[in-house]
This record gives sequence, C-alpha cells and structure tokens, in this order.
Amino acid sequence: MESIKDKVAIVGMGCTKFGERWSSGLDDLAIEAAYEAYEDAGISPKDIQACWFGTVTAPATGIGATHACNSLKLRIPMTRVENWCITGHEALRNACFGIASGMYDVVLALGVEKLKDTGFPGLGTGRGMGPVLEARRTSPGSFSLIATRYFYTYNLSPEEGKKTIGKIAVKNHNNGSMNPKAHFRNKITLEQVMNAPIIAWPLGLFDCCGNSDGAAAAILVPSSQAKKFRSDPVYIKGLGQSFDPLLPHARPNFDWVNWDALQNSSHQAYEQAGIKNPREELDIAEVHDCFTITELAIYENFGFSPKGKAKEDIDAGFFELTGGLPVNADGGLKCFGHPVGASGLRMTYEVYKQIQGKAQLPERQLKDVKLGLSHTFGGPPQVSAVAILGRYLEKS
Amino acid sequence: MSGITSYGAYIPIWRLNRDAIGAAWGRASFGGERSVANNDEDTLTMAVEAVLDCLSGVDRDTIDGLYFASTTAPFKEKQCAAMIAGAADLKTDIITADFGNSLRAGTSAFRAALDAVNGGSAENIIVVASDCRLAYPRSDYEQHFGDAAAAFLISKKGKPIANVKASHSVANEMYDVWRLDTDKFVQSWEDRFIVEHGYNENMSKAINGLLKKQNLTPASIAKAVLYGPNPRTQQQLARQLGFDPKSQLQDLLTSNVGICGCAHTLLLLAAALEEAKAGDNLLVASYGDGSDAFLIEVTAEAKASGRRGVKGFLASKLPLATYERFLSYRGILEPQPGEAFRLFPSASVSWRDRNWSLRLHGSKCKSCGTVTFPIQRICYQCQSKDDFEEVRLSDKKGKVFTFSLDNLAGRSDDPVIPQMVIESDLEKARIYCIMTDCDPRTIKIDMPVEMTFRRIYEGGGMYNYFWKCRPVR
Repeated sequence: MESIKDKVAIVGMGCTKFGERWSSGLDDLAIEAAYEAYEDAGISPKDIQACWFGTVTAPATGIGATHACNSLKLRIPMTRVENWCITGHEALRNACFGIASGMYDVVLALGVEKLKDTGFPGLGTGRGMGPVLEARRTSPGSFSLIATRYFYTYNLSPEEGKKTIGKIAVKNHNNGSMNPKAHFRNKITLEQVMNAPIIAWPLGLFDCCGNSDGAAAAILVPSSQAKKFRSDPVYIKGLGQSFDPLLPHARPNFDWVNWDALQNSSHQAYEQAGIKNPREELDIAEVHDCFTITELAIYENFGFSPKGKAKEDIDAGFFELTGGLPVNADGGLKCFGHPVGASGLRMTYEVYKQIQGKAQLPERQLKDVKLGLSHTFGGPPQVSAVAILGRYLEKS
Repeated sequence: MSGITSYGAYIPIWRLNRDAIGAAWGRASFGGERSVANNDEDTLTMAVEAVLDCLSGVDRDTIDGLYFASTTAPFKEKQCAAMIAGAADLKTDIITADFGNSLRAGTSAFRAALDAVNGGSAENIIVVASDCRLAYPRSDYEQHFGDAAAAFLISKKGKPIANVKASHSVANEMYDVWRLDTDKFVQSWEDRFIVEHGYNENMSKAINGLLKKQNLTPASIAKAVLYGPNPRTQQQLARQLGFDPKSQLQDLLTSNVGICGCAHTLLLLAAALEEAKAGDNLLVASYGDGSDAFLIEVTAEAKASGRRGVKGFLASKLPLATYERFLSYRGILEPQPGEAFRLFPSASVSWRDRNWSLRLHGSKCKSCGTVTFPIQRICYQCQSKDDFEEVRLSDKKGKVFTFSLDNLAGRSDDPVIPQMVIESDLEKARIYCIMTDCDPRTIKIDMPVEMTFRRIYEGGGMYNYFWKCRPVR
C-alpha cells in the first residue's frame, strides 16, 4: 500500500460566506465556491477534467451530480459522493485519488449544502436505519450521550463537565468573531454558555453548532505540476478514513470514550504524513466540533491530549490561537454551522489559507504554519475522515 | 376441568386527581384519582403489559391461544391478538381472536377461553381485556372512567389458582351506553332508566340465575365481584341481592383507577384473587348488553410469582400534572407532533424486522457469546456469519448506561425525549431506546429499567409499535 503523501497539491480553493443564505440556492452556492477556486488557481472552467461533488440532503434537492453539473455547465466526468458528515472530505479524497492515479491533471472537489430550505432548525430526526429504532433520534440527542458518559467516566460533575466543554465554545466563538466568512461572529462568555437554554441535556445552545448554508471547493493537480499554477501550493500529506460498524448505541461493551473511527482515521493519516507526535508537530487542526463534547473527544482520540486529561489542556488554553496547537482557528462548525457536504472542504480551506499566510485578517493569521489537519466526523455509525496538508514537498 | 392458573394486571403509571377535572370545569370533584394511559399507550400496548404480567413464571411455549377483548381497539380491521401474541413472544401456531363492541367483551372472551380449553381445542389460553374509553369533557363519565388491562391464563392442566364452577348469562338489547362506529365519546341514555332496566335488572337476572342453578345463597359467597358504573349503584345492587356491601363486596377501584370498560370486571377479579383464601367462593358478574355471571372457587392462595398484579401497579404511580395534559394524552387536544419523521412505517420492513422490533429478540453469537440488539447476521465481535441464536430481551431488566434529555424531538405535551442506551441484564446487551413513564429529572446512569411495548408514532396510515424502557415499576 502506497502513501498518498506529496502526490497531490491544492492550487486553488474557494469558500462561500456561510450563514442563512435565504436568497441563494444550492446552485448559487456551488458557483460562488467554484469560481473563487478557479480564480485562486488561475484557471478557467475549461481546464477542469473531472469533478467530485459532495452533498447530503439530496434527493430532496436533486439526485446525482445534477446540481454541480447544471449550475457549473461542466461537460466532464462528474461523481456525486455522500458519506454522512465527512461528505466534503470524501469529495476531496476521491479527487485526490483521481490525480494520484494519473488519470487526470486538474480536478475540482466541490462540497455544497443548502440546509435552510427544510423549514426545520436542525438536521432533523428519525433519519437512519429504521422507522422505529431511530424514531425521534436527533443529532444533539445522540452526541449528548457521549457527554453524559464522559462526565461519568472521568468523575466530572455535570457542572464541571459543562464548564469544560463550554470553554471550547467560548474559544471557537472568539476565533469565529474575526472571520468574515463565518455565520456567527459573536464572542460569548462562559457564563452565557452555562445559562443558555438546554437543547439536549447536558448540551446547551452554545454546545451545538448552528445550521447554515455554505459551499467550498478545491482545485487539485499533481504535485509535480503545482508550481506551474502558483508559487505557494499546499501538498496533501495524508488521507485517513474509517467507519465503525453498528450504531454506537448498540455496540456490545462500547465505552463511549474510545472511538475507533477517530483513532483509525487519524493514525492512517499520521502514518502517511510521517507524524509521530501530532500534539507537537501539527501547527493547526480544524476538527469536527458539531458539538463541544465532540471536539473534546477528538482531542483525546487524535493524540492531542492524554485520555481523560483534555480538561487540563482546555483550562490551560492549549487549543486557543495563542496556544500550543490552535484548534478550529476559523471558528469551527460552532461559527460556520454544518452545511454537511461543505464542511470538510471549508475546514481544508482554512488550513490551506493559514499555510499560505493568507488568512483574511492579520489578527487571526497563525505564525509559520507548516503542517495542518482537517477532519470531519459523522454518522452514526461513526465515520471519520482526516486530511493532512503541508507547506513543503519532502525532498526525496 | 379448566382453571385459572395465572393472572396479571396493568394500570398505567399516570394518575389524574379528579379535583383537577372538577376545577377545570367549575364543578364538583368525585374525589380520588383515575388512571390515564400515557400518550404512547393504547389498548393494545396495555394488553401486552397485562399479558407479560400474567406470564411471570409461565413457560411461554405452552401457550396455545390468546383472546383479546376491548371496545377501544386501535384497529377496525386488523387483529390485535396476533400482535399482542407477537410482542409477548408466544409461538405462532396458536389460536387468536379479538372480542369487542360490548362492555361484556372481557367476560365473553373469558368464557370463550374456558369453553375452548374445556372442549379440548387448546390447553392454555390467555385472555386479556383492555380498555381506554373516552368520555365527553366535563361529563360524569370523564371522572368515572379509567384506563387498565387484566389478563388470565386458563389451563387444562397445571395447578389452578381458582376453578370456574358455573356460569350464567343473559342478553339484553337496549341503548344504555353506546358508541356508533364514528363516535369518539361514549353516549348514554338517562341514568335512572339505564340503572333500573339495564344494570339492576340484568345483573340480578344473571346472578340470581347462577345462585339458583348452584343452590347457593348470597351468604355462601365470600366476595361478590361486581362490575358497576359507579360505587353507589354497585352497592345498592349488592344490597338488593342480599350481599353485605361492607364485607362481601369487592372494592370497585373507583377511588384509585376508575371504571375501565370491558377490562373492569376482570381487573376486579384479579384484585379479588390477590386477597382471596383457598376455599373462597367468588361470584363474578360483568355488565354490558346483558350480563355474564361466574361462580369461581379459589383453590390455592395466589403465590407471589413475580407478577405485579393490581396491588403492584396501583402502588407504582406518578401524578399527571394537569387536566390539559390528560386531554392531550388521550388525543382530545391535538398536540404539536414534533418534527416530522423522515421514515414512515413500512409494512414490509415491519414484517421483515418482526423478530427484533416486535419480539425484542437480540442475536447471541454461538461462537463468542456476544449478544447484540438488533439481530446481527455477522457477529460484531468475532465476525462469525449466520451463527447465532435469537434471545428474548423483553423480559430482562437492565440499567441506564448513558442518556440525554432531548428537547428537539418531543411532542408539545411531552417535549423532553429521554434518549437511552441501556445495558440489559442478559449478557450486557446494549439497547438503544426512549425512556417513558418517568420524570426525566430523576434519570441517572445505572438506574434500573425494564422494557415496555409502546406505540411510537402514526404515519403513512399505520401505527408503529416498538419497545421503550421505563424505570422499574
């Protein structure tokens, strides 16, 4: 098995303003992201040889790659991908494979989601695997199960537990407040978090990400050709993906603390990228903070914090912009919401821009970012995708 | 001769203080409280509960018949007995039948079971009666009625708790209480007429006819177990027949349950058996379009078999906070349904999944012993393929492993959905379900729970049933 490391480069990216885009349809969002990416790469639509298009809420919005094809008028091989919340990463991954195989020289990875046409302020209920088994199952209801068990396992009172994850919300809102593309740009206090209405106990309003519309896109080329497009391409260092069988709810002996999909997907990507100590080696991580407890679980399953010790790192500000490993520097899902098909590419956009030193505003540009990670996590059952990006090609 | 070898009862956990009904309408309260089925309960689910109570300590494979009686069945065309038998995990080569349309349906089913067992067409038949009748808001009946179910096991062999020695029935045509095929609420004629020429006349005929047949006098009866529309009418009748209401009359359960339609006489019989001594003669009489009277001799004191019975379910209760909630639970007020469900019931899915969704079977890997719910063809632990046996989880208790209290998905009359992952006492199998019949604020990890069959939602022209958990009652 070969590593994907340094075979593929990103030479252009685009990302829409995320938010309640009442006046933009799915097609408009696709155009906005794709054309920013074309411009960033300095290419015309005619240069694109293949496209992978990620969106989830179809068939309500059209089956197949219809929306990307209709809106962008591309007459090329187009594939729709869908894989829960990692859909954006799936578009990126499969586009990378298209380049790495040698089949194509310029491809488009596009992720788009129009959530605000459903009339319901959330991802909905009763999705999934049966008319009765998952009746009234919502995303907050499911992720709260993780929080309840985590607090119990590590002896945190609900009050302490909520404070710990609440600090993640405060951090991400602070980061998002500086980001012009974020949906939510308000700073919040821990007191606000603690006093917010409960959505699914123990998670309150600020523990949950919003519901937004958005799109993001990437132009990929073989690394060997990247410099023809721009002086500062960003290279793919590793791609991990892992699925877990069975709803965690049904999994025999599952502890609700150790998430195989998280551990497997990150280890695959670390190994390809040659990362031994992610806590030290990564300069930025964009991870799947659909709920604050999810971000905490990721710290511990990705090797950022020791098991049961995330609280110490959170309290010490280790994941803040000024900390040892800034996490969700753009504001995360907390501030961008989770337009499902777009999120993986939106996070990758942030890592790409930070590596290039081109974060929109100087106050949120991190210093000297060489290696970064983007990650999405979905299900249930869980599926997790990790992409590691780097500034330099390794000398061979 | 056939006898009663087991019995069970079910009274919903929610009780509404009648003062709340009186206060809502600015009229007198009849005092005490009435039982109210939860918004995920109906006649069918209550019947399942009573059957499971009746099956405590009974080998389910010996059951070869199930009769269901109700005037409030959830289906006009589709048998409830077959679904109840499935939820109770009975075998499929059994006799099933539904009885309905009359307050007497419960004892009609009871008699039919006795006859079938005596006649030799079955050895062990469970009879279950369940009712959840609606009365017009503000009416007397609204305060009088309650919701409950009762079940009896009639067996050819085995050691009976009681023997049915004789019976006598009368039929009577009149409009006393009725519902047309389109009616939601019980209608009735003037009370003085229906008591005199309906209740008193027919109960007296049946009871006197039975006593005469058996050459017995009221004095030889330990307890008269008499249906009644209310305590006063029932006591007057008992007095007229020569029974001492103080010592010989089985309490009508109006102060704490209410009159539970065609299940009521059988519920009273279950209550009577809980207090009876060996050798007691019980005279049981139902009412509705005539009357069925039975002479039942208690042969053994009802041993504790793990059943809750009337006493157990009476003691386990939660107060229903408001009259409005009662109206909503019973569908008289329409609640906002919560977010629309993406998946409507599918007849073929329900049928294909019946062993886990109806019978609550999990799979136990024959290779590594792991138990998983729902049934898995390939073992989660060791990947063995199609090498499992099905195991029943519905009769196992468990404990809460983790939970959340979801405010997004609930109906407006029950906005909090307690989402549970529970660990069954059987091989620690995990079950994902909703908790019902609880105060969500009291839920804790490791809290003991048991399984309960409930109506999940309505959609696509069907009702969906599945299992939930509840704190152990």
